[in-house]
Amino acid sequence: MGWRLTLRPYLLIVPALLLTCGILYPFGLGLYYTLFDFSASKPQPDMVRFENYGAVFTQEAFWNSAWVTVLYAVGAALAETVLGVAVALLLHRSTMVGRVLEKILILPLMIAPVIAAIIWKLMLQPSVGVVNYLLRPFGLGGVQWTDTPTGALLSSIAVDVWVYTPFVAILALAGLRSLPASPFEAAAVDGAGWWYTFRRLTLPMLWPYVLVAVIFRFMDSLKVFDIIYALTEGGPGDSTVVLQIRAYLEAIRFQRYSFGISYTIVLWAVVYLAAMVLVKHLGKIQRKAAEVTT
Amino acid sequence: MDTHVHDRRRFLALAAGAAAAPMLTACGAGFGGNDDKSDGSAADDVTGSFDWKREKGTTVKALLNKHPYTDALIADLKSFTEKTGIKVEYDVFPEDNYFDKLTVDLSSGRASYDVFMLGAYMVWQYGPPNWLEDLGPWMRNSSATGAEWDQADFFPNLLQADQWSLKAGAPLGQGGQYALPWGWETNVVAYNTEVFRKLGVKPADTFDELTELAGTIKRKAPGAGFDGMYGIAVRGSRSWATIHPGFMTMYARNGLKDFTVDGGKLTPAMNSPEAVAFTEDWARMVKRGGPPSWTSYTWYQCSSDLGAKKAGMLFDADTAAYFQAVKGASPASGKIAFHPGPKGPGGSLATNMWIWSLGMNAKSKKKSASWLFLQWATGKEHLRKSAITHNHIDPVRKSVADDAAYKDKMRHLPGFLETFETVVDQTKIQFTPQAQFFDATTSWASALQEIYGGKGAKSVLDGLADDLAGKVG
Repeated sequence: MGWRLTLRPYLLIVPALLLTCGILYPFGLGLYYTLFDFSASKPQPDMVRFENYGAVFTQEAFWNSAWVTVLYAVGAALAETVLGVAVALLLHRSTMVGRVLEKILILPLMIAPVIAAIIWKLMLQPSVGVVNYLLRPFGLGGVQWTDTPTGALLSSIAVDVWVYTPFVAILALAGLRSLPASPFEAAAVDGAGWWYTFRRLTLPMLWPYVLVAVIFRFMDSLKVFDIIYALTEGGPGDSTVVLQIRAYLEAIRFQRYSFGISYTIVLWAVVYLAAMVLVKHLGKIQRKAAEVTT
Repeated sequence: MDTHVHDRRRFLALAAGAAAAPMLTACGAGFGGNDDKSDGSAADDVTGSFDWKREKGTTVKALLNKHPYTDALIADLKSFTEKTGIKVEYDVFPEDNYFDKLTVDLSSGRASYDVFMLGAYMVWQYGPPNWLEDLGPWMRNSSATGAEWDQADFFPNLLQADQWSLKAGAPLGQGGQYALPWGWETNVVAYNTEVFRKLGVKPADTFDELTELAGTIKRKAPGAGFDGMYGIAVRGSRSWATIHPGFMTMYARNGLKDFTVDGGKLTPAMNSPEAVAFTEDWARMVKRGGPPSWTSYTWYQCSSDLGAKKAGMLFDADTAAYFQAVKGASPASGKIAFHPGPKGPGGSLATNMWIWSLGMNAKSKKKSASWLFLQWATGKEHLRKSAITHNHIDPVRKSVADDAAYKDKMRHLPGFLETFETVVDQTKIQFTPQAQFFDATTSWASALQEIYGGKGAKSVLDGLADDLAGKVG
């Protein structure tokens, strides 16, 4: 009986241990590979220590990709948050139309992002695409949506927003529906207006939910690949080559494995740091929201 | 209590050790799997008289790209199985992700596929890491290769295009035979005869004329009843595939080189004054008469625009136009003609080519059966049948190109045979063979997009050359 009691704690941690090993093993191996000059042309490589990271950081292409990645992630996360919260506020009034819209709203989330990008690629096609067709009466039928650097980046962000705004809206709506009724009733009795109530009650209490959505969307947008690759392949020029695409090109298309993995490790570090900061911020906001509720 | 803590520490240390062991083992085993290559070719194991039934009962796995040539192969596979008793299992992937699938599969060091389609450029990438079987010893072994396979029947430039010494900058036609030509494409101009007749224009003989003509069609064709038609379809996506058809053909006809080779050292030459001027001219032509949304254009869009009467001309593979010209294939079928395209300043018709080749996985465990498949797929009987009864055109074999039934089939396409015969002797791979081909050409396509977008050609191409110099040198 004694040995069972001694062993039980260890047995209980076995699943977590296996899971941790399953995560850490490929990660560690990837990290280890970045210390070599491993590529298709050099299958038995030499140890180069941190040279790959040095090469990554001195590449102009890296800084361009890093800048594009940040622009994309901030733009997409910001637009999705604003639109998502707005949609949630509209749907919060539980009318029949609202309930129907709620069902429709979730549709983009059921489509694979790469498919969404292909659909939008066809819709944005300048000569036969439906977007230009609809804009033609307003004299805007000749827009080359993805042929200019700014257009390509904005179009990619727009597709991301189309796919993921419902995700933010659903989270925000769940948050709205879980807020206590009494502070709002008290505000109504005091004759507070909609804007005042929104600013002083709804938003502070809703922030924790919104921030969870922001964390998910910001981290995902930093790691974007499918939408941009299907829509623009990273072009025109290098204007939409985000870090993930650069890593893919290096590791898969050009077969410089170590160099490609180095890019992903750098991206991982960026995502990790961003997540740490946001999660720390989330804790503070949750405490503030609790104060408002009480 | 102390013992408990001690036990926990020991347990954690053991667990960490157990977790680290496979990692260290994997690292020690090297990268990318086992590399137990033998010095001798497996072809040497085949002895005795040649026999198609030698590997009866074996199954060969093939990786194929979605293509009309593939359709012709699949339609005839039953003949191969009847002839050899070998079954062929295959996977077909669209071109957008075909090469990624093949690259990942080959680099894994496994033999998931015994045979596969590849282009000659891929030999430059897959050859140096020893992923491709050298087919030379198989071709030379009369026990492995039937006399009717007739190596001399291939167009020599095609067979040589799949031969390389694996040294950067070394010319093709030397070293191992890493694939066999199976179907190919020459890059020429195809045009819509209806719009040419209505506008009273004729095919261009110089590049300036082509630019002018493309602009004229874009300006005048919509008013002549061709709603939304533009001048010339050329590829523009941010991919290596944008560089090799029309662009590289016209580049070569201007006597320009991608790299200069001196003592085995490669120097990028796409920023020479002449190359800069040509690239500016190309971008100007696309702006004046090219497709809207050019930066996303692959051969699929170019080809379908010609067929849909959206493009007046196509400067790309002759097959890309042929598939639209076939009776009933598109609204433009019956109205598509072929022309060699503009000559270079000295009258050059140097043309870049693409070869769909068939190769064998160096790690295959069924090399003898795989060789029988490659031999059959590139043999006279199958290729003749595919060319005549299917759409496997641009024969790699002289006997098929000269076959009366093939010529009868192709004769109804205005200018096809004449164009083919005019450029065939000057068609070859115009790139310098080197392992960084895909990086170089993808970056080149990106540079082309930037120039099209308004950036200065000189500075963009200087930047490209600087970047490539460090990679290919």
